[in-house]
Amino acid sequence: MKLHAHSKSRPYAKFASTCFAVMCGFCTVLSVLVLLVVLWNIFSYGWSALSWNFVTSWPSRFPAKSGIWSALIGSLYLIGVTAVVSVPVGVGAAIYLEEYAPPSRWRTLVQVNIANLAGVPSIVYGILGLGLFVRMMHLNRSVIAGGLTLSLVVLPIIILSAQESLRAVPSTIRQASYALGATRWQTIWHQLLPVALPGILTGVILSLSRALGEAAPLVVVGAATFVAFTPENLMTDEFSALPIQIFNWTEQPQKDFHQLAAAGIIVLLVVLISMNALAIILRQRFGKKVKW
Amino acid sequence: MSEAAPIPLRVTTPTVRQPAVARNVTELSERAKKVAAIDVDFFYGTHQALHGISLEVPENCVTALIGPSGCGKSTFLRCLNRMNDMIDETALKGQILLDGIDIYQRGTDVVELRKRVGMVFQKSNPFPKSIYENVAYGPRVAGIKKRAVLDEIVEKCLQQSALWDEVENRLDDSALQLSGGQQQRLCIARALATNPDVLLMDEPASALDPKSTAAIEDLIFELKSNYTIVIVTHNMQQAARVSDQTAFFYEGHLVEVGSTTDMFTNPGEKKTEDYITGRFG
Amino acid sequence: MPQIAATEVLIASRGRCNLRTVFEGILHAVLLACAVVSIITTVGIVLVLLLESLQFFRDVSVWEFLTGTKWSPLLKPQHFGILPLFCGTFLVAAGSSVIAIPIGLGTAIFLSEYAPPVVRDIVKPLLEVLAGIPSVVFGYLAVVFVSPIIKELFPSAEVFNAASACIVVGFMILPTIVSLSEDVLRSVPRSLREAAYALGATKLDVTVGVVVPAAMSGIMASFLLAIARAVGETMAVTLAAGATPKLTLSFFESIQTMTAYIVQVSQGDTPAGTLEYRTIFAVGLTLFIFTLSLNVVAQWILNRVREKYE
Repeated sequence: MKLHAHSKSRPYAKFASTCFAVMCGFCTVLSVLVLLVVLWNIFSYGWSALSWNFVTSWPSRFPAKSGIWSALIGSLYLIGVTAVVSVPVGVGAAIYLEEYAPPSRWRTLVQVNIANLAGVPSIVYGILGLGLFVRMMHLNRSVIAGGLTLSLVVLPIIILSAQESLRAVPSTIRQASYALGATRWQTIWHQLLPVALPGILTGVILSLSRALGEAAPLVVVGAATFVAFTPENLMTDEFSALPIQIFNWTEQPQKDFHQLAAAGIIVLLVVLISMNALAIILRQRFGKKVKW
Repeated sequence: MSEAAPIPLRVTTPTVRQPAVARNVTELSERAKKVAAIDVDFFYGTHQALHGISLEVPENCVTALIGPSGCGKSTFLRCLNRMNDMIDETALKGQILLDGIDIYQRGTDVVELRKRVGMVFQKSNPFPKSIYENVAYGPRVAGIKKRAVLDEIVEKCLQQSALWDEVENRLDDSALQLSGGQQQRLCIARALATNPDVLLMDEPASALDPKSTAAIEDLIFELKSNYTIVIVTHNMQQAARVSDQTAFFYEGHLVEVGSTTDMFTNPGEKKTEDYITGRFG
Repeated sequence: MPQIAATEVLIASRGRCNLRTVFEGILHAVLLACAVVSIITTVGIVLVLLLESLQFFRDVSVWEFLTGTKWSPLLKPQHFGILPLFCGTFLVAAGSSVIAIPIGLGTAIFLSEYAPPVVRDIVKPLLEVLAGIPSVVFGYLAVVFVSPIIKELFPSAEVFNAASACIVVGFMILPTIVSLSEDVLRSVPRSLREAAYALGATKLDVTVGVVVPAAMSGIMASFLLAIARAVGETMAVTLAAGATPKLTLSFFESIQTMTAYIVQVSQGDTPAGTLEYRTIFAVGLTLFIFTLSLNVVAQWILNRVREKYE
């Protein structure tokens, strides 16, 4: 009887429960819908401005003649520099932290430091790049300065993801290798890295795609918006980049430039999404092949 | 085995008194001592896992380490090739001699040591590479590059581990495609490829079916003419079948050591008797 | 005989052995250097910000900087009160949180408590894609898509306004909240849920009364990390919110955030070494301290949560 009375005191309990579920489901639909709206909006607006000419033209004051060639090439150079610098350093740091450093205050310090660096806004890295690379090291507003700055931005992400991949290698592999008289480096090189490689590569690709979309640090370091040439000398020449070009076009009051921005975004997103797809394929193909 | 209360009363204060010496082990004691532990204490951080272990391992014999789980037998085994070095915050006191030389003295080359003291693990752990590369890995890291030499080593070791006939035609297949028993024999072949003197086996058959277990046991019997083998097992029958000398560990102490026949027919300690007759453990 | 030779090698440190030790030692040093780069980065950030800021504070008192209510370093008469920039940053962070927190938490709860695995497998990668869209793209959307809508709904709104920035930033930080909160919600032990169900609770009672409170600290950490992202968010707010530093709580006016100010100065031709140039370091330092504190607290909470469940 008491049980019955109790459930009667909350006649709407079931209804409320259903309502809550529907609300949460609605939130989910909304978050996914936003993505679709974003993509639809950009593609429908920018599609008509997209042409081969658009990709291979220099930027111009006249919207009809404008293109993204210098920005595209600038972005490629930047990603190149970033990859060359951040991948070896990041993977090296991850190997050090996972395989060499014993648990100690020192390792905790480095680990906490990396976690915090991952949360520092990218524009602060821009200020570091401006003070350190552009001014102190006299690299000017060059591709090298921009690339080094972006390297620092993505370094924590590369380290953290590479650490995770190394940690996922079963310790039995390490033990078996050491028990055969392999040195630490032989174990890392012959056993751990091959197994961890797909995971590390996935992290690297995702970090580089983040670097590709970064504009804030480049603005501070001094990427130029109207560059009618591709950088010849990476150490001295001015450069532009895709996100910078998009930023600049969006800033213009004329609608025509906005359409160019949309077209530029399509190019950027196509590159980003193909990089992401590559990362997903890597994860799918090699991630599950090895069974323990 | 679950059993009644009185046992803990007797076992809480293990006594170690000059084990093997008092026993009738003429045949064993005549052999050269390959490995000798002298008063070994081992610590994980502040926890002492081994208390004053002194044990001699005769050459070309199989020595079985038995005892309930957590008794320190695996820890002791891993002291013999310094695998415990890989675990942070561990410490060892005492001496472990290999051919009369202390392997814990300063300047010891751990890498060289591990080539001479091979190890086979509880769970087969082949590298995710081909069968050939698994066996060739040890010689490769030791600096052997000539394909002909490697081929010869791989064939010899696979034959020694009784796997050659089964894998002869698919040496380039992934080692992970082998069955559990085959994988474990591959791990033994891999350990043999560095040409060790001593082979440590940590419950090598515990994860295998009876048929594979029998194959491994036969293999151990074959191998002992060329190698000194120390095997950890929780399976008393296995210890009785394969070993010449048996050491019984309990709560980090070496309770008793002696020739296997003696130990199983006429144990000197009450605790040993209780354990091997299955009253606890 | 070969046995004795082998034993000697064990102790010897000569020849090949020695070379190998040297090689391993060098590698160790190189890898250590890689890890040290991360420390140098932090030290570099702090040093660069501090050195230029100290120069700045020679000319402008810290008191004036922190309490002044007017910010106009690029115009005469110059004023160096950071409060208007602070206010702009606060507006964007608060506004975007108002959007992202309920939607994010709702999505996280749906994914962890209600959604079948198939739905989760579809939604999570989509949210990853959302998280991967560059900030400048959101800025474009705010200007071209969101701002006109707001203008239509609220005719009094300015072309550049905080509201459009809040909306796009809200959706930018949404994936952070969803993925972290979902992880914590899912790590709440099954036994806890079952205990509540066994007492006759509805799914709502269990979720809101048991699961969410158990995961609360982790959820709070995800909020903090998301807010830190909103505070440091640059391109979208620069494009959407305008460049008018002012003390206001209205979402429909043009404002300026700390990050947007840094971009504004960087885009101009302010010569190095001038007071105007140094303002970006002072503002950058403020921004850094702000986001760092949020991150440190969030990391601390997350570490405690991890310890609890491991």
